[in-house]
Amino acid sequence: MSTNTTLTFSRRAFMRTSSLAGGGMLIGFNLFQACKPKAAPPIDLSQLNYNDFNAFIKIADNGAVTIFSPNPEIGQGVKTSMPMIIAEELDVAWKDVYVEQGILDTENYTRQVAGGSQSIRHGWDALRQTGATAKQMLVNAAAARWGVDASECAVSEGVITSAAGETLGYGDVVKDASMLEVPEDVALKEPKDYKIIGKDAPNVDIHKIATGKPLFGLDYKVDGMVYAAVVRPPAFGHKLVSYDDSAAKAMPGVLDVIKIGEKVRGLLEEDPSFSSKISSSDKVVVVAESTWQAMKAKEAIKAEWEEDTSLESTEEHDKILTDLLDGSTFKTERSDGNIKRAFAEADEILERTYESPFLPHNCMEPMNFFANVTEEKVHLAGPIQTPAWKAGLVAKMLGREESDIYLEMTRMGGGFGRRLYGDFVIEAAEISSTIKKPVKVVYSREDDMEDGIYRMAIKYRIKAGVKDGKITAYHLKEAAINDNMYGLIPNFFPAGAIENYQVDTANYRSNITTGAWRAPYTNFLAYAEQSFFDELAELMEADKIQLRLDLLDKVKPEEDERIQYSPERMKEVIKVAVEKSGWGAKPKNIYQGFVNYYCHNTHVAEVADVEIENGEPVVKKITCVVDCGIVVNPLGALNQIEGGVIDGVGHSMYGELQFENGRPTASNFDKYRMIRMREAPLVETHFIKNEYSPTGLGEPTLPPAGGAVANAFKAATGNRLYKQPFTKTPELLKVPSKEIIG
Amino acid sequence: MLKKNQSNQILVTSTRNQIEIQSIQETMPTYQIKVNGESKTVDVSEDTPVLWVLRDHLDLVGTKYGCGIGQCGACTVHVDGTAMRSCSMTLAQLDGKSITTIEGLSEDGTHPVQEAWKEVDVPQCGYCQAGQIMTASAFLENNPKPTEEDVKNAMHGNICRCASYSRIRKAVMIAAENMD
Repeated sequence: MSTNTTLTFSRRAFMRTSSLAGGGMLIGFNLFQACKPKAAPPIDLSQLNYNDFNAFIKIADNGAVTIFSPNPEIGQGVKTSMPMIIAEELDVAWKDVYVEQGILDTENYTRQVAGGSQSIRHGWDALRQTGATAKQMLVNAAAARWGVDASECAVSEGVITSAAGETLGYGDVVKDASMLEVPEDVALKEPKDYKIIGKDAPNVDIHKIATGKPLFGLDYKVDGMVYAAVVRPPAFGHKLVSYDDSAAKAMPGVLDVIKIGEKVRGLLEEDPSFSSKISSSDKVVVVAESTWQAMKAKEAIKAEWEEDTSLESTEEHDKILTDLLDGSTFKTERSDGNIKRAFAEADEILERTYESPFLPHNCMEPMNFFANVTEEKVHLAGPIQTPAWKAGLVAKMLGREESDIYLEMTRMGGGFGRRLYGDFVIEAAEISSTIKKPVKVVYSREDDMEDGIYRMAIKYRIKAGVKDGKITAYHLKEAAINDNMYGLIPNFFPAGAIENYQVDTANYRSNITTGAWRAPYTNFLAYAEQSFFDELAELMEADKIQLRLDLLDKVKPEEDERIQYSPERMKEVIKVAVEKSGWGAKPKNIYQGFVNYYCHNTHVAEVADVEIENGEPVVKKITCVVDCGIVVNPLGALNQIEGGVIDGVGHSMYGELQFENGRPTASNFDKYRMIRMREAPLVETHFIKNEYSPTGLGEPTLPPAGGAVANAFKAATGNRLYKQPFTKTPELLKVPSKEIIG
Repeated sequence: MLKKNQSNQILVTSTRNQIEIQSIQETMPTYQIKVNGESKTVDVSEDTPVLWVLRDHLDLVGTKYGCGIGQCGACTVHVDGTAMRSCSMTLAQLDGKSITTIEGLSEDGTHPVQEAWKEVDVPQCGYCQAGQIMTASAFLENNPKPTEEDVKNAMHGNICRCASYSRIRKAVMIAAENMD
């Protein structure tokens, strides 16, 4: 499966070079096979066209290397790690590389996206080939000047040395190199020769972050820009009837109060796919000279709302989801063997139901976006995970050509899926097109939490049959609000390990907007499934680790192409986690819980260590073993892993957004609990060292954390936890208590 | 049920900013304030939180808006050396005291806390980090030899959704060693 030396692209198809007017060479390349360059890169940097290429390297006459990083940065570290891969093959010193965020223009893109932990995995081959090809051209230029064969030249940190000992820097030959043909066959480095990949590189923006430089959408400002605060429906299901803006209009700094909604409704008619992400109601917008004036005047708008569609509540959802699980409206996502017969023949059956709530994303930077719609162009700027998609929707909504859209991506103060949707981009564009001014829409924290695109509430019911000491049947049913798990998940573990296996899904259409939330679906499924296997092992009186290893022994991906996870790599993370966590060999006052999981192409095992303090279990430490293939930037990778684990612990412990009459019952951090410093466990990470192509880390360590905690709490208290967040059932977080098994 | 957060000794507690609709005929007083060692004059309504004065009127955008109610710590600044939540504080309340923001913590980003942040490579998204650094630097001024428990307690009021807590802890301990 290692693809380190496999070339899957034709370099001609994804790279072009040209010499720059100001000196130096520009290499345009495409990270993804779906993108084909149509033109040569421009000779004037101001003409950079991301329609033709989605990333660029500039090598200046003085040898300085600038890499324009194509993908949006949400804290996952790709602005550092993607350029590192190029720099490795280009053979320059990392300290000499300057990284800039690329921009977007809007035609023909398929993946200028931050999402799904896929940037590194998808970019790996193209990034390396780009660096290696550029290096070869520079070497060829030097060799030609010396009249020697290129193979006699060596390169180190941007300096080319001939066999005779002559040297030339990249800057000395870059002009010649830019005139050369792009070579077809270039060698890629062996991992053992890596000087940048696998070494710690701090975040390229660290100095700016530590000194408070403007980086984020909320920091974005242009001359003449005004600020907008939006009065949104107070509840999902509400529609604006009328409003009185007289008090607001009299307030200092208020420039205008307008109503929006018409353009969004027009867009939704044309593109109904976005209707589950944005309200079609009219909204009232206060435009003011400053953020505070806009926010304050917004509170002075007296709006009247009516019930357009039903006002839903958590209590109703709870019943609806249970009814769905009890009902028969399922879609079968995967079915192996015959579960019905296997359950009929089983000696023992275990069935359990697991429940999760809605979750807001709570990015620390509230949603915001800048728009300036003029006749000449539509200028958009701010934090967005899916710039191309949003640019397309805005063009459609405003009846403009996509080429009219100029979109700048700022660094994002968190994304976690919330910034995939960009309802705020559409809002900003409608407002600017109405007031004809450059405007920034700013959500208050209350707007952000009350008008979210939430992780939906889901219930899983899992049933397993055991016969002659073996698991013979497994049936997973999912009941979810709005959307069910996507196609890959039914093929995750334990698919392939159990002969009679079925995954069924059902859903209920709600008017509450829902969407992806860090590690969609698996963020809750991992806990449900791995709690279930723990309990199943107890029922079977089997060793919890051995049960998992035995199941993995049965998986044959070579016989079932739907199965993406590798049983061998999974077994390895399990074995290392057992060893590193001291599984089964801890002092009596430390209780452990085990989870192994695969999602987002990465294999993970986690062990939670729990101690009892004041009669309650407290998560002290998580040992996390990760197989993500080659680790591009260990310093960044560890940060992602630790963050994902602690985020997973925090949300499974505390995260919950309830609804009453269509409205969330929490709107800020005084009523919504986030994990904080004192509750954050120590995370000890171990990487499996191998030479597989790298996979992403933004998501895969989050899902297992909740399961590891639940299993450790069971060990500590005797209580199984079937509901997230765990603090929802405080009576089960007490020690001692009676065991409830079976 | 959500548990009540018991962490707030260092938080400025305030409810959501109360809006008096009746008193809309506000005056726009001129304030003289001292920010990062410089005197500034601003014309803002008297209820404008210091956070928005810094961000919108003085272009000091390093101080971040997170919650507006003193719960998350993203807006932390120093007021005469004490860490305060600028979202829940007006200029009138400053009463001549001087403010230091992340931009003025050091001239070139070399304050020991900033250096430790770089050494440990704390941030992920980075948005909350100015507030974390300002909380940590004020804390260390008064507690030069903290234990890890002290650090955890001091930093408990600042939320990081990326959960970079392990590195924050480590960086504050390193900074403590390097502060005079």
